[in-house]
Amino acid sequence: MAKRVFRLFRGQGNTGQLVDYELECDEGMVVLDAVHRIQAEQAPDLACRWNCKAGKCGSCSAEINGKPRLMCMTRLSDYPPDRPITITPMKAFPLIKDLVTDVSWNYEVNRRLPEFKPRPPDFPDGSWRMYQYEVERAQEFRKCIECFLCQDVCHVLRTHRKHDEFIGPAFLTRAAAYETHPLDTNDRATYLKEQGGIGYCNITKCCTEVCPESIAITDNAIIPLKERVVDRHYDPLRAIVRLLKG
Amino acid sequence: MATSAAPRVLEERGLGATLRRDAWWLAPAAVAIGLLAFGFYATWAAWVGDHYEWGPYLSPFYSPLFEPGWWPLSPAFLILWAPLGFRVTCYYYRKAYYRAFFLDPVACAVGEPRHDYHGERKLFVFQNLHRFFMYLAVVFIFILGWDAIVSFIWPVCSDAVRAVSVPGACGVLPSGELAEGPRTFGIGVGSLVLTINVILLAGFTFGCHALRHAVGGSIDCFSCAKFGRQRYRLWRGVTVLNKRHMFWAWISLFWVGFADLYVRLVAMGVISDLRLL
Repeated sequence: MAKRVFRLFRGQGNTGQLVDYELECDEGMVVLDAVHRIQAEQAPDLACRWNCKAGKCGSCSAEINGKPRLMCMTRLSDYPPDRPITITPMKAFPLIKDLVTDVSWNYEVNRRLPEFKPRPPDFPDGSWRMYQYEVERAQEFRKCIECFLCQDVCHVLRTHRKHDEFIGPAFLTRAAAYETHPLDTNDRATYLKEQGGIGYCNITKCCTEVCPESIAITDNAIIPLKERVVDRHYDPLRAIVRLLKG
Repeated sequence: MATSAAPRVLEERGLGATLRRDAWWLAPAAVAIGLLAFGFYATWAAWVGDHYEWGPYLSPFYSPLFEPGWWPLSPAFLILWAPLGFRVTCYYYRKAYYRAFFLDPVACAVGEPRHDYHGERKLFVFQNLHRFFMYLAVVFIFILGWDAIVSFIWPVCSDAVRAVSVPGACGVLPSGELAEGPRTFGIGVGSLVLTINVILLAGFTFGCHALRHAVGGSIDCFSCAKFGRQRYRLWRGVTVLNKRHMFWAWISLFWVGFADLYVRLVAMGVISDLRLL
């Protein structure tokens, strides 16, 4: 048993402050355990979103000592015991209360994304044939747990507030999951350039650094999509080939 | 739309504003020092236009060697724009210098100095030329590979050749040129330096994101495409190198500078090239 100080953001809307809580901690505790103990023992009105406590639901996203992380997957032992652990809400989204933010913008973006459009079935029974090696690329992106930590850390959204012009790394990853699927026939290059704002991404890889599922967001999703946009809009050789092919 | 800013107490206003407590500044500082050191050395080495050849060795900064009479500057400037363009538009280096020099952002979840941000939409739209520099970079790999092969070809060390050679470097005249006469296989330390150089540059070039896209990344359905299996294998191969693109970027950058320095120091007579075979 050891006492530790937790510095939590408390507030609503556009106001709030950091409040210190001192807490007895046990070995093996994660940050979410500490938040729950603060709720139980000292601050019953503390708002915190959580669900699975296993790093699979993506609900308990927050910023721990300034870094976007899942609270349930962050061990207290990773931090020096003599210094406070600061826990704040995600900054890219509007604050509801304390550690809870309104992430509904992400679901609006998801609805606008050009849908998965499979080619006609290969067989009369309505099924298709595809091979495991072909779907592996897309399967990596399906690991996304929608924690939106990548959206939170992306400076285009977090600092520059380009929510109206940029869909963010989470939905570029979703687009890549559709775009690289062997059955998909939809073409998203123009959407990604115009509405998706992929040009805003300057590939500084913060999204990849914070992904709890270790999805190589930048290298495997965003850069391949950028290359597809180049194919369509910036490559004169491809344009000539398209012209010749009619 | 979720456009409202974070509460004032959480805002990261201004460069370096953050709640992070780790040494987030260390990586961008190291990148800035590394890139500046290479940039200064490469500019100087290209500018001087001398001591880039010795015996069978040619500095990679000057290869392929073009020396047209009408060109008033160092011959390095005629060719260096291509590998420079490849590195400047490389997806890894973009990350590195956007963070280290443009501070956009200097590190994840750290405040930035500017609020007027366009990403790669306006001025930086030129980054989309990367694939064209990649095509040139692939050609350079073959040229530098040829240079590496040539670095193993030495004059036969007869008594007559030894008599006119630099002491300890049989076959190389005091002017740095190779002696006339029949050739044979030989290995100098410089041969190994130039060979390692082309291997490291190949590791960087053949792990390029644009190449990965060109060989197979643009295909959705490999089993439906012409030569789909072969292109899938190529894509897998490039992906293996691409996973460590940062490693290849730095090690090849360091070694190409070292290869130039080695040839330069041997040509200047500061060090002697050790003949191994």
